[in-house]
Amino acid sequence: MLKDITIGQYFPGKSFVHRLDPRFKIIITAFYITLLFSAKEMIGLFAGIVYLVAAFLVSGIPFKMMLKGLKPIVPIIIFTSILNLFFIDGIVVFRLWILKITDEGIKMSVFMVIRIICLIAGTSLLTYTTSPIALTDAIERLFSPLKKLKVPVHELAMMMTIALRFIPTLIEETDKIMSAQKARGADLETGGLMQRAKALVPILIPLFVSAFRRAEELALAMECRCYHGGEGRTRLRQLKSGWADYVSLGITLFFLDAVVAINCFF
Amino acid sequence: MFCLAVPRQFGKTNNPKKGMGMENIIEAREVRFHYRNEFEENAVQKPVKEILKGINLDIKKGEFVAILGHNGSGKSTIAKHFNAVLLPCGGTVYVEGIDTKDEARLFDIRQRVGMVFQNPDNQIVATIVEEDVAFALENLGVEPDEMRQRVDDALKAVGMYEYREHAPHQLSGGQKQRVAIAGIIAMRPNCIVLDEPTAMLDPKGRREVLKTIRELNRNYGITIILITHYMDEAAKADRVVVMDDGRIIFDDVPREVFSHVEELKAVGLDVPQVTELAYELKKNGLEIDGHIITEEECIEALIRILQN
Repeated sequence: MLKDITIGQYFPGKSFVHRLDPRFKIIITAFYITLLFSAKEMIGLFAGIVYLVAAFLVSGIPFKMMLKGLKPIVPIIIFTSILNLFFIDGIVVFRLWILKITDEGIKMSVFMVIRIICLIAGTSLLTYTTSPIALTDAIERLFSPLKKLKVPVHELAMMMTIALRFIPTLIEETDKIMSAQKARGADLETGGLMQRAKALVPILIPLFVSAFRRAEELALAMECRCYHGGEGRTRLRQLKSGWADYVSLGITLFFLDAVVAINCFF
Repeated sequence: MFCLAVPRQFGKTNNPKKGMGMENIIEAREVRFHYRNEFEENAVQKPVKEILKGINLDIKKGEFVAILGHNGSGKSTIAKHFNAVLLPCGGTVYVEGIDTKDEARLFDIRQRVGMVFQNPDNQIVATIVEEDVAFALENLGVEPDEMRQRVDDALKAVGMYEYREHAPHQLSGGQKQRVAIAGIIAMRPNCIVLDEPTAMLDPKGRREVLKTIRELNRNYGITIILITHYMDEAAKADRVVVMDDGRIIFDDVPREVFSHVEELKAVGLDVPQVTELAYELKKNGLEIDGHIITEEECIEALIRILQN
C-alpha cells in the first residue's frame, strides 16, 4: 500500500519543455516569479497568465494535473482573499455590521488570488517536467560558484541524490516492518491519535536502526569506489544548453520586460 | 589440533589458458589485526581479541580464489585488508607491490582491487543504473567520453546493458548485485573481492551472479577473491582458502581441501554433498575416490562401482 507513493511530481514526457536544460528551467522559473511580483496592474498579471497557459500547452501536461497541484493551497487562497477583501481601504460597496467590503479590496483580492495560482502553477510546471535527479544536478551546477564561499554545494546535492535513491528502499522496508509487527499482534489501525502515535514507535525504531546500518555500509561502498567529495569530480551526464534554451529564456525576459514597461505606462 | 599447513601446489592452481605470469597481485605477510577500543584510549591495556593471527597469503594474477570460514573466522576482515579499508595492526599487505599503508596511493589501490558487498541495496548510490556504474569513474575524474565507453562496456560485461536507464529499485536482487559488480569493473580493476555477494539472493540471482563472476575471471582475466559460505560455490574456484579463528588452515585446490571432511566439519564447515557421500561410502568400505567434488564425477564413480 505504501508503494503507491510517487516521488516528486515528475510527469514523464518528451515535450519541448521536458527537453530544456534543467538549469535554464530553474532560471526561467525564477524570472517568472519575478514577473509575477513586479506586475502592479491587472494587465501585467494578464501577461503572466498568457505565458503560463502557453507553457502548459507546450509541455503537454494535462490541465487536471495543474488543478491537482493547486488543491493543497486552496486554504491559503481563501485566507488571503478574505484578508484582502475586508481589510483594504477604499470606497465601501458593501457593509455588514463591522465588516466592510471596498472596491479596492475586491480588486486586490482577485489580484492576489491570480498571483498565487500563477505562482504555484508556474513552479509546479518545473517539477512536472523535470525529474528530481535532473533538478538536483542542475541545482548543484547552478550553485557551484557558492563553493568559493564555503557552501557545501556538492555535499548537499549528494545528500539529495542519496535521499532520492533510498526513498523506495526505505518505503519497502517500512512495509516489511509493519507486516512483521502486525504478525506479532501490533495494532496500528485503531485507537485515538495518541494511541496510534504510540503504535508507530515499534515501527520507527527498527526503521532507524536499519537506516543507520545501511548508511554505514553505503559509506564503505562509496569509499571503495574512491569517493572523496566533489573535488576533481567529472560527470557522466553533461548538461547541454542549445538554442531552444536561449530562445525560451529570451521569451521569458521579453515578458518580464513587457510587465515592467506596463507598470511604467499605466 | 589438525594439520595447519598443507603444502601449496601452485602448479595445479596456475591456469595456463589465461596467459598470466606467476606474479602475485596481493601478498599478505604476517598480517595481524584487532579492533581498537576507541573509547578507552588511555585505559589500562586489556588483552584485545585478535581477529587475524598472522596471515600469510599470496594471490596470483588471474586466479579464482574462494575464502571459506564460518562466522567470526576473520574471512571478511582479511578481505577488507586487500583494498586498504582496514590496515593491518602488524605485518604488511602489498597490492601489486604497493604497501596498503601508503596513504598517498590509496586511490591507486582501490582502483586496482574493487570490492563488492553482501547487500546490493546498500552499495548503489545513484537513482539510475548507468549513473551508478559511472559513480567510481566520476570520483576518479575520468573524461565524459571515455566514461560513457567504460560504463557501456561494464554494463555489457555483466549483461545489464538493456537496463541502463532503469531505477535500481525496479531490479531483482541478482540484477542489482550485477549492477554493483559493473560499478566496480568500470574502474577496470585487476582484482575483485566479493564479500558473500550471493548471501542475500534467491537461487536464480545466485546463479546469475556466479555466472557473471566466472565470466569476468575467464574472459577478462580479472582475479577473483570470493568470500562465501556456500561450498558448491567454493568447489568451482581454482583454489580454496579455509580460515578458522584468524588463521589459514587449508590452502589448496578444492579437490584436496574438501577431502579433509572431518577437519572441515570440526571447524563448523560443510563439504559439498557429493564429497560427503563419497566420504561416507569410503568409510563403509566401498572403493571410491575421496576427491569427488562435482555431481558428474560422483555419478561416474557410482556407476563404476555398481558395474563391478
